[in-house]
Parts: sequence; structure tokens; C-alpha cells
Amino acid sequence: MKFKGVFSTVIAIAFGLLVLAGYLFGGMPGGKLSLLGELQLFILNVAVLLAAFAVLIGISNLLIVHTNKLRRKQKGAGYSAILIIALGVTFLLGLLSPFIPAAKSLFSDVFLSVQLPIETSLMALLVVTLTYASIRLLRRRLNLLSVIFLITAFLILVGTAPWPFLGDVPILSDIIRPIIAQVPAAAGARGILLGVALGTLTTGLRILFGSDRPYGGKNG
Amino acid sequence: MTDVLLGLVGFGIIFLSAALMGGLAVLRRKSSPAFREIPAFTHLRKAIGRVVEDGTRLHVSLGRGALITPQSASALAGLTLLGRLAELTSAGDQPPIATSGDAAMAILSQDTLHTASQASAQGTYDPAAGRLTGLTPFSYAAGAMPAIRDENISANVLMGNFGVEVALLAEAAERANTFTLAGSDNLAAQAVLYASAQEPLIGEEVYAAGAYMDAGPIHSASLTVQDILRWLIIAAILAGALFQLLKSVGIL
Repeated sequence: MKFKGVFSTVIAIAFGLLVLAGYLFGGMPGGKLSLLGELQLFILNVAVLLAAFAVLIGISNLLIVHTNKLRRKQKGAGYSAILIIALGVTFLLGLLSPFIPAAKSLFSDVFLSVQLPIETSLMALLVVTLTYASIRLLRRRLNLLSVIFLITAFLILVGTAPWPFLGDVPILSDIIRPIIAQVPAAAGARGILLGVALGTLTTGLRILFGSDRPYGGKNG
Repeated sequence: MTDVLLGLVGFGIIFLSAALMGGLAVLRRKSSPAFREIPAFTHLRKAIGRVVEDGTRLHVSLGRGALITPQSASALAGLTLLGRLAELTSAGDQPPIATSGDAAMAILSQDTLHTASQASAQGTYDPAAGRLTGLTPFSYAAGAMPAIRDENISANVLMGNFGVEVALLAEAAERANTFTLAGSDNLAAQAVLYASAQEPLIGEEVYAAGAYMDAGPIHSASLTVQDILRWLIIAAILAGALFQLLKSVGIL
């Protein structure tokens, strides 16, 4: 490992341990923060600032990717041109919005009239995608688990949706659906979440050990 | 007083896990343990072989878990897998690409790909291979979909923090007739992936990727530590239930 790698690993481990210690021993009676707690808060605030700066780098990267696509006349280059123009316009509006009230209103209009409807449309598209995926599931993995999955999804959907002229479906809406949701589904979800929490713990420990180094250097 | 007690319990759990992980990692330097078979990882190895043979590309999507939130853990597991997969495909014609919905994660993916490229035969690194595709859930998905469709991809690994929008990515991969392995720490995404992905990972299987792809002894040690802690939690839950039962019947 080169000096740069050693340096970044030492920094990551030291600050990781400080933040962890702050979480564990940062509180004091009366809701006050101990020195460790204050230090943890300071480090996290610096991390938030760095993350905000990372967004600028990320957007530059997005711009480079789409400029390259446009320059090489790759498939979908027209969409890249639209993205670059939209990025430029919204960036400019964002920069001007603190100084010019009209730019501020235009900036929020762009979000409410373009971004929001497009994302809502994608959400609607998701309904069709999921319905099709559910049908395809039986073709791809015809086993007991898939059948249970689809029957459960169907029962929950029918039991939750308000039906015209009928309202709730008797027995299904007031007995079967709550039992499924509160007993097997809740138990399964808690089991999965416990597994996820344990996985998160061990992933964090590997970073603290310096064995996983996503910030530069080979893992292992 | 409660805060201090909770802190000490937390410290105890973390110290126990760290000690077990360190000890097991040292013990497992020479022998690799046998884990139960997860077909998704077996199929992933075959898909990597096809990527190298066909001269196609591998796409790894790291989700949109921000680095400073607990949701980053699954993306960090995805980054480990990205590094390992970049090593495994280093003999191929084209390096893998990584997409993410968090800027810091995009930078880390570039760093991971850069490190892997230094070890590869070609040694070429393209900074555009690790990219941020969008900052909101659907813009991220919409930005990653063209990459799956247009960049000669034959295998997709979707691993990180996703929401239900991950179904759009899985669908795009299905339409492009490519292999898809997908896992998330989010419950809704897991349910959606079970229906839409070719090879879904459920629960903590996401965090087992490193161990199953031979990323090092510490990964197999951490998997064993997870199993030990799971048994301890099961014992604690059963003991708690028994305690409540005995208390309710008046024995305690």
C-alpha cells in the first residue's frame, strides 16, 4: 500500500472510531453532549459539507458523460443534449435565485412543472411494470414461494383497496388482511431487518478494520 | 444513566463482533469455510465468464444510499463487490461501469474502478465509467436505464439502497436480455426485486457478496460473525418471550 493509501486509511479509521465513540458515549445526563458527542457532531457537519461539495463533482461527472456521448454521436445523444441544456438553465436559475425573485419563482416552476410530473409518470409506469413482472414471475420461477408471494400480494391488494359500492371486502379486509400484515409479514420483515442490521454492523467493522477501503487502495 | 448503559451495551456488542471477526479472519487465512449455496452468486460467476468471453460489459448499480447515512452500508457492500468484479473482468475488453444516485458514492466507485484498472492487464481507466446518474430516486433510475440498454452490457449487478424504482432498472435489464443479480437493504425494494429481478438477493444475502466472490478471509469471517450474532439474538428473543410468559402466569 502506498503512502497515500496508508494516510487515507489511518484518517478513515481514526475518524470512524471517533464518530462511533461519539454515538456510544456522546450523551450526558440532561440531554447535554459530552466532548466526544461535540466532536462527533463537528465531524458529521464537516462530512455534510464535503458531501455537498461531492454533489458538484458528481454533476460535473454527469456533464462529462453526456458531453462525451454527444461528441461521439452515440445512441441517445439527442437526450444528452436536452440534459445538458436543462442542466445549464436550472444551474443558472439556481445561481440567480437568491438575487432575482423572478429567477427564484422560475426555478421552483421548473421543478413543479417538469421534474415532478415526469417522476409521477414514472411512478405510474411502475404499476404496469410490476403487474407485468408478477405475471412473468410464474413463468420464470414457478415454485411454492412464488405462488405464496403472489397470493399474499393479491389478498393484501384486494383487502386494502376501497371497492366501488362495496367499500371493504367482508372477512378479507377486516380479518384476513390484518392477520397477514401483522403476523407473518411483520415477523418476516423484522427477521429481514435484523439480518440487514447485522450486515450493516459487519460492513462498518470491515471499514473500521481498514480491510474494505473504498476510498483508495485494494480491499482484502 | 440509561444512555450510559445503552452505550456500554452497544460497545460490548461491537467489541465482541470485532474480536470474533478479527480472530476468525486470522484462522481462515489458510482454509476457506463452506457456505450454503446461493444460486444467484453461482450464476453471477457464469455471467462474468460470459462478459469476458463476449467482450461485453458489466454494469454495477450502487443505489442512492447517501454515504453519511446508515443506508450506505449496502452500497459499501456493493462497492466491495464492484472492486472484486472489476478484478475478475480485468481480462475482458471493456471495463465495468458503475452508476449511483449519490455523489460521494459515485466518487468512491471511480476510485474503486481506478484501483482495479491499475491491477488489470490493460491498465486503462475511464473516469466516466463511475457515474452519478441522478439525485432523486426516479431521475437516478431514468439515468441508469440508458446505460443498461446502450452500452453493450451483458450482466447487471444492482446492489445498494434502492426504493421501488429499482423495478424500472430490473425491467430495463430484462428487456435488454441481460443477466441481473439484485439486492437491497430496503424491504419494499426486496419485494419488488423478488418479482422483477432474475436473481434476487433477500435480506442479509446482500452483505454476503464479498464472501461468496472470494473477496478475502475477513468477508467469510464477517459472515460467520453475523450467524453467531443471529443465534444470540434468537436466544435473547426466546428468553424474553419466556420471561414475559412466566411473569404473566405469576411464576416470576
